[in-house]
Amino acid sequence: MATIRIPPVLRPSVGGEREINADGDNVGEILRAVAVDHPGTESQLFGADGELNRYVNVYLNDEDVRVLDGLDTTVSTADTLVILPAMAGGAR
Amino acid sequence: MSPSGAEVLRQIKDRIEEVDPGAVREQLDSGVLVIDVRQDDEWATGHIPGAHHVPKSHLESRIEGVAPDKSQRVVLYCASGQRSAWAARTLIEDLGYESVESMTGGFTLWKDRGYQVDVPRFMSAEQRDRYSRHLLLNEVGIEGQQKLLDAKVLLLGAGGLGSPAALYLAAAGVGTIGIVDDDTVDLSNLQRQVIHNSERVGVAKVDSAEATINALNPDVKVEKHQLRLGPDNIMDILPNYDIVVDGLDNFPTRYLVNDASVRLRIPVVSAAILGFDGQLSVFKPYEGPCYRCLFPVPPPAELAPSCGANGVIGVLPGTMGLLQATEVIKLILDVGNPLIGRLLMYDALAATATEVKVRRDPHCAICSRDPDEISDEELGVFPDYEAFCAGAH
Repeated sequence: MATIRIPPVLRPSVGGEREINADGDNVGEILRAVAVDHPGTESQLFGADGELNRYVNVYLNDEDVRVLDGLDTTVSTADTLVILPAMAGGAR
Repeated sequence: MSPSGAEVLRQIKDRIEEVDPGAVREQLDSGVLVIDVRQDDEWATGHIPGAHHVPKSHLESRIEGVAPDKSQRVVLYCASGQRSAWAARTLIEDLGYESVESMTGGFTLWKDRGYQVDVPRFMSAEQRDRYSRHLLLNEVGIEGQQKLLDAKVLLLGAGGLGSPAALYLAAAGVGTIGIVDDDTVDLSNLQRQVIHNSERVGVAKVDSAEATINALNPDVKVEKHQLRLGPDNIMDILPNYDIVVDGLDNFPTRYLVNDASVRLRIPVVSAAILGFDGQLSVFKPYEGPCYRCLFPVPPPAELAPSCGANGVIGVLPGTMGLLQATEVIKLILDVGNPLIGRLLMYDALAATATEVKVRRDPHCAICSRDPDEISDEELGVFPDYEAFCAGAH
């Protein structure tokens, strides 16, 4: 099973975990498995069209999956998926 | 009877090679190492462009730091060509340098011929003492410290990230620090905003930050911008700075800053924090991606909580703000490998740092365009800025 790193804003939807594991042969399968296991993440990850929301970046190890094969990018069990939504905290 | 000094010098000049200033001038760009062996006060009045300074009194101990390869061609000069002849003899006969010449007539003849001279900027004795640990570093030295003193850095916010960044940039001698903040100091800020203190609760943050910086380093000029950055004022402020440090708490202004900084080709050192997690990257227009390449659209409000609503561990903005200050100093000095095209994610609880690649988006709404193509009328009315403002809180 691949490892998925969960950003702070999604942790409440996965029981507070910072890393979870999910089955799947590609990015899309794994993220949909995450959405099935943790329904609170579905609308945050996917738009109504089933595509990844544009404000969420997903990296296979250190590479943006959008420059690979997107949701079809092959993932091996040794890989880590990093989910990265924009954060704006700072000044106040 | 021992020979006189003048006689010894004649003998030395017979043994070493000498070179005319005109020949040195023609070869300045060809890799010849030119070394000024005069004293500090003479060097400070002016020197040959590109020359290194190794005073004759420190020749033996310092020469290898400047000329580690003893087969490299070295030209020495002093004021008149006498001390450099002695120094050349030392390098050849005592230290084993293979190709050393002394410049005839020295710097005096160089100047008399009207050749170009670099005059180093004056650094006071107090400054030499204050920045002495910088001056000892090859990556900084006097030239680097002068770059820091000449630099103009704009901090967006004197809050969690801006506080440590401002303190260390001021300590480093960044000569002009601009601060944009319309807020006043609140007791709940003091858990992390270390540039303020308990006595300044209720005081404008720009005034509090200025007082702390002035007490830390009188070399630093603080430019206070007590306002909220918006499309109506950003083009009045950003053009006056070399680098922007973004620690903003909201998306509309982050996008606005990105668009204006791309237009002006000003690098932005950007960080964000939440809970125990931080993000850091450097957006250098046209050399790497911009913020819109990374995040073309902002998240909906429920996915973008602010620190106020979610909390932040007090040390985290310290860590991230100092990483920002470090990147700023690297950009000013042009040293190291800045965090351009890379995003660093720091997880304080796990004590891990993860890095991902950030690519330039060839279809980016902003940085895929030539900045000169953006008309004045468009400035401050950047594409879909209103949509961002409506979409984010």
